Amino acid sequence: MPFDINKIRKHFPILEEKINNNSLIYFDNAATSQKPLQVIERIIDYYKKENCNIHRGVHTLSQKATRAFEETRVKVKEFINAESSHEVVFTKGTTESINLVANSLGEKLLQEGDEVLVSAMEHHSNLVPWQMVCKKKKAHMKVIPFNDKGEIILEVFKPLLNSRTKILALSHISNALGTINPVKEMIAMAHEKDIPVLIDGAQAAAHIEIDVQALDCDFYCFSGHKMYAPMGSGVLFGKQEFLEMMEPYQGGGEMVDTVTFEETTYNELPFKFEAGTPNVESILGMGAAIDFVREYDLHEIRKHEEELLKYGTEALSRIEGLKIYGTAKEKSGIISFLLDGIHPYDAGTILDQLGIEVRTGHHCAQPVMDRYLIPGTVRVSFAIYNTMKEIDKLVGGLDTVKKMLG
Amino acid sequence: MEKEIRNNINQIINEFAGFDDWMDKYNLLIEMGKSVPVIEPQYKTKSNLISGCQSRVWLQAKYDGGKVYFAADSDAVITKGIVSLLIRVFNGMTPDEILNADLDFIDEIGLKDHLSPTRSNGLTSMIKQMKLYAMAFKVKEKAGEKE
Repeated sequence: MPFDINKIRKHFPILEEKINNNSLIYFDNAATSQKPLQVIERIIDYYKKENCNIHRGVHTLSQKATRAFEETRVKVKEFINAESSHEVVFTKGTTESINLVANSLGEKLLQEGDEVLVSAMEHHSNLVPWQMVCKKKKAHMKVIPFNDKGEIILEVFKPLLNSRTKILALSHISNALGTINPVKEMIAMAHEKDIPVLIDGAQAAAHIEIDVQALDCDFYCFSGHKMYAPMGSGVLFGKQEFLEMMEPYQGGGEMVDTVTFEETTYNELPFKFEAGTPNVESILGMGAAIDFVREYDLHEIRKHEEELLKYGTEALSRIEGLKIYGTAKEKSGIISFLLDGIHPYDAGTILDQLGIEVRTGHHCAQPVMDRYLIPGTVRVSFAIYNTMKEIDKLVGGLDTVKKMLG
Repeated sequence: MEKEIRNNINQIINEFAGFDDWMDKYNLLIEMGKSVPVIEPQYKTKSNLISGCQSRVWLQAKYDGGKVYFAADSDAVITKGIVSLLIRVFNGMTPDEILNADLDFIDEIGLKDHLSPTRSNGLTSMIKQMKLYAMAFKVKEKAGEKE
């Protein structure tokens, strides 16, 4: 499909909405993306024609729904280039994926005095689960620092990998700064010491290409709702060898093979990690979202978002008293900034009056804000449907903000 | 609701009613923030910080002659405006008056779409904190009477 922005925007009915009598300008894509009609209709179709509990039924409906569900698993496998679809575990989102690994793998690998290595730019969801398991196992969390530009300092990273390091958990793209981390290089460095690596890809999916085999990561986590799919759909990719050695994180139906009062044997991969009825409509919606992204070609989407990033960075940099946080060489479509003397909450409140939806605050990455000694930032984050004209309106909006609050 | 609180609220509603444009309403709110009884720097402590706001809000209260007086500050000017509205409504009231107050007036000043009580603007937390102060003063006074 040719990359026609007007045509693309028509897929997203919410973009027609008015906010405080202004046309909606949605710049909060790092929090969640809007959904195209293809995804919305997939959910409706499922409830109209296919709704049924999957995997267990012998009847036609159940088989139909099961087939659609498992076909989506194959789509996800292709989307991230996994070797096998049984390495794809469906979860309700990145947070659940990380919690699953922190619990199941943490339980297996961590001993007293061991270390879990994370970066200083992690989202709380790639920090707190590790803190919790570290506390339980009397292990320690070590932190890889980043420089003023928001780039991980590789020279410091390398010596942090030692014989006590049992897991490296790292974001592919920082949600607060937009930095694209050199994950491939870092994974290779960790593997030299046999340290497994989990990548939090929440901000990467549908923005940059994900190839888990090329990265050679051991785990890769992402959420559907940030990649045009419904809320409550998520993925945990795990290499077979790791998923096999890990115990299930939750018990229930579907994840078992045989159950007696004395003992339970678990189902095969990936089902042993999918206890209970999954969020079928969301997962099917994620399949539709992957089709949508493929239709417009991820390379074209990335090119478009890179143009927005370049245009937005230049336009915002021209505003007097505006400082951008996160100026890494490798960045995705996220710009975090502050206006001199203006609290991000105030700026966000005024922008909202103008129909411009941005995120303000610490973006669930308080250590990042502490690093810069700031209370938070205003963050704009781009997606397939954003335009340069919208960025111009943001610049105009920031002028109003400055007039009212400066 | 007690008459005096109602009067304070009506006064604020009238001030805002003079403006149709959201920008003017916000400018008024920001101006009101500037007249809030400012909390002394030594009281800008962690314990006087209201949790649950996106900006920092410090609130302090004192009890004098059976009445409660508040002081506050915030690092965000709109938040400071919001807390100043609440202080104007509650300052000099008795703990009972504060505890019984119904606070739908934010809707009435025409900022309903802009200032609904949410976690981010902290309106709910501020009201809760003010009522907690009132409750604490009331309990303390009752304990004093018993002694």
